[in-house]
Amino acid sequence: MLSYTTYDPLTEYVLRCADNNLILGHRISEWCGHGPVLEQDIALTNMALDLLGQSRMYLKYAAELIGHNETEDSLAFLRDAMQFRNSLLVEQPNGDFAHTIIRSLIFDSFHYFFTEQLMQSNDKRLADIATKSLKEITYHRKFSSEWTIRLGDGTEESNKRMQTAIDDLWRYKGELLSPDELDMEMLEKGIGVDLNKIEPLVDNHLSDMLNRATLQIPQAEFMQKGGKQGLHSEHLGYILAELQFMQRAYPGLNW
Amino acid sequence: MSESSMLEIFEEKIKREIKIEPREWMPDAYRKTLVRQISQHAHSEIVGMLPEANWIKRAPTMRRKVALLAKVQDEAGHGLYLYSAAETLGTSRKTMIDDLLSGKAKYSSIFNYPTITWADIGAVGWLVDGAAIMNQVMLCRTSYGPYARAMVRICKEESFHQRQGYEIMLTLAQGSQEQKAMAQDALNRWWWPSLMMFGPSDKESKHSAQSMAWKIKRKSNDELRQNFVDATVPQARLIGLSIPDPDLKWNEERGAYDFGDIDWEEFWNVVKGNGPCNKQRLDDRNKAHEEGHWVREAALAFAEKQAKRKAKKDKVA
Repeated sequence: MLSYTTYDPLTEYVLRCADNNLILGHRISEWCGHGPVLEQDIALTNMALDLLGQSRMYLKYAAELIGHNETEDSLAFLRDAMQFRNSLLVEQPNGDFAHTIIRSLIFDSFHYFFTEQLMQSNDKRLADIATKSLKEITYHRKFSSEWTIRLGDGTEESNKRMQTAIDDLWRYKGELLSPDELDMEMLEKGIGVDLNKIEPLVDNHLSDMLNRATLQIPQAEFMQKGGKQGLHSEHLGYILAELQFMQRAYPGLNW
Repeated sequence: MSESSMLEIFEEKIKREIKIEPREWMPDAYRKTLVRQISQHAHSEIVGMLPEANWIKRAPTMRRKVALLAKVQDEAGHGLYLYSAAETLGTSRKTMIDDLLSGKAKYSSIFNYPTITWADIGAVGWLVDGAAIMNQVMLCRTSYGPYARAMVRICKEESFHQRQGYEIMLTLAQGSQEQKAMAQDALNRWWWPSLMMFGPSDKESKHSAQSMAWKIKRKSNDELRQNFVDATVPQARLIGLSIPDPDLKWNEERGAYDFGDIDWEEFWNVVKGNGPCNKQRLDDRNKAHEEGHWVREAALAFAEKQAKRKAKKDKVA
């Protein structure tokens, strides 16, 4: 396991959940005011709001676990890239609408089954957050699935764009579903989710949607990884530069 | 029925405060005025998303970020209701949006000013939404039914936004020296453009008199502007910020504030397209529209395919 670990295992695990939501929420919020249709602008903003809301619940829990003076804001705004625990997928740029939809399709498929299992966690706080989040995630998965089908089976151009997006982003799917030492430890303790168990469910959903969208599942075997352990792509630094600007420029103030 | 008797019925309704509804007869000029006003209002909501969305990624706390995102989303929702209200008058959303994108249709000039610091988000909520509410509260009683009903919903959300903006300013005004300076700077830059939001003074305003007669408007631009000044000055004082107007003075006799002259040259200059962000705002809207073209086209193609598949299936069954 790559080790940039600075927190105890449970906190690490909670931060993975928090950061996936925070970084994807940040990315999707970039669409606000720039969506392809007003209705979709509103829908995307809704999803960003849901993800940021879920991220806050996890961040607050992580802050309590760490103690001292840690808060949701200090965790969001004062950690550097190597302390972030989101998967590589969610930090990928929005690209065109096709890339945004495919990124969400892959993440939402994972997020749905992950959260459904997390509801059974013997960590009550995690189970509660998962239970509160599932309805929103169900809607996200429906949105990204429907748009995948619509755009895949739309015009020649939209099909091509969607195929490019899936070819570009498929390499980031593996990390979501391959357990590392921390995933194993959390599973043994009855806290975490069995990724091996949800993998076929996620793959089934993805292949079903891609088939219906007349898109080809990429044959590439190699999967990128590292985000979960704190080894990120170049994109994350720029996300943090914007996300954290105010707290870095004006430290320690009330806003 | 002759046109003159239909006009009589229309005027009688206006007089008796009965709302005009989409299917009823109305003078062409009334319809045209409403389409222009409601679509301008819708465009303002949509373009107005841009200066605020500019700070979503950089909001200083998670709580502020979520509140701002929700606020900008509300503006998009207002745009939707307003386009729908305007469509009841027989102009399609597509036509209205094409007019916005080509620069033919106007939107509120206030959104051609930049949001430079976080305090601008406070100032926009407090002053811009505050000024908008003055106008919108009046429009809840406008004579055209669908417009009045859209406004009732919008007003509720706008007054929440205005409080939220004021609360950002309050927090800054109680903060560090640099936060206070940031808040004062934002007030300095947004004060005069906010006063310009009410439009030209009554004697210069070409649509005002007719709109008042039709009860589309119920207060003149100058009356609304005065109401805004009178409501806002005490709010600024309460949090220790000063209004950037050396001529501002309470007038005991009028029971209202006297205030300095508005720079109408600046106003017309921004209306004509020379504000700091006119080009940027319109370019952003056009870029979103062009980049969304393939998405809209694909959604349409998919819907047609689905309809054909269904028809085929129904035939078989």
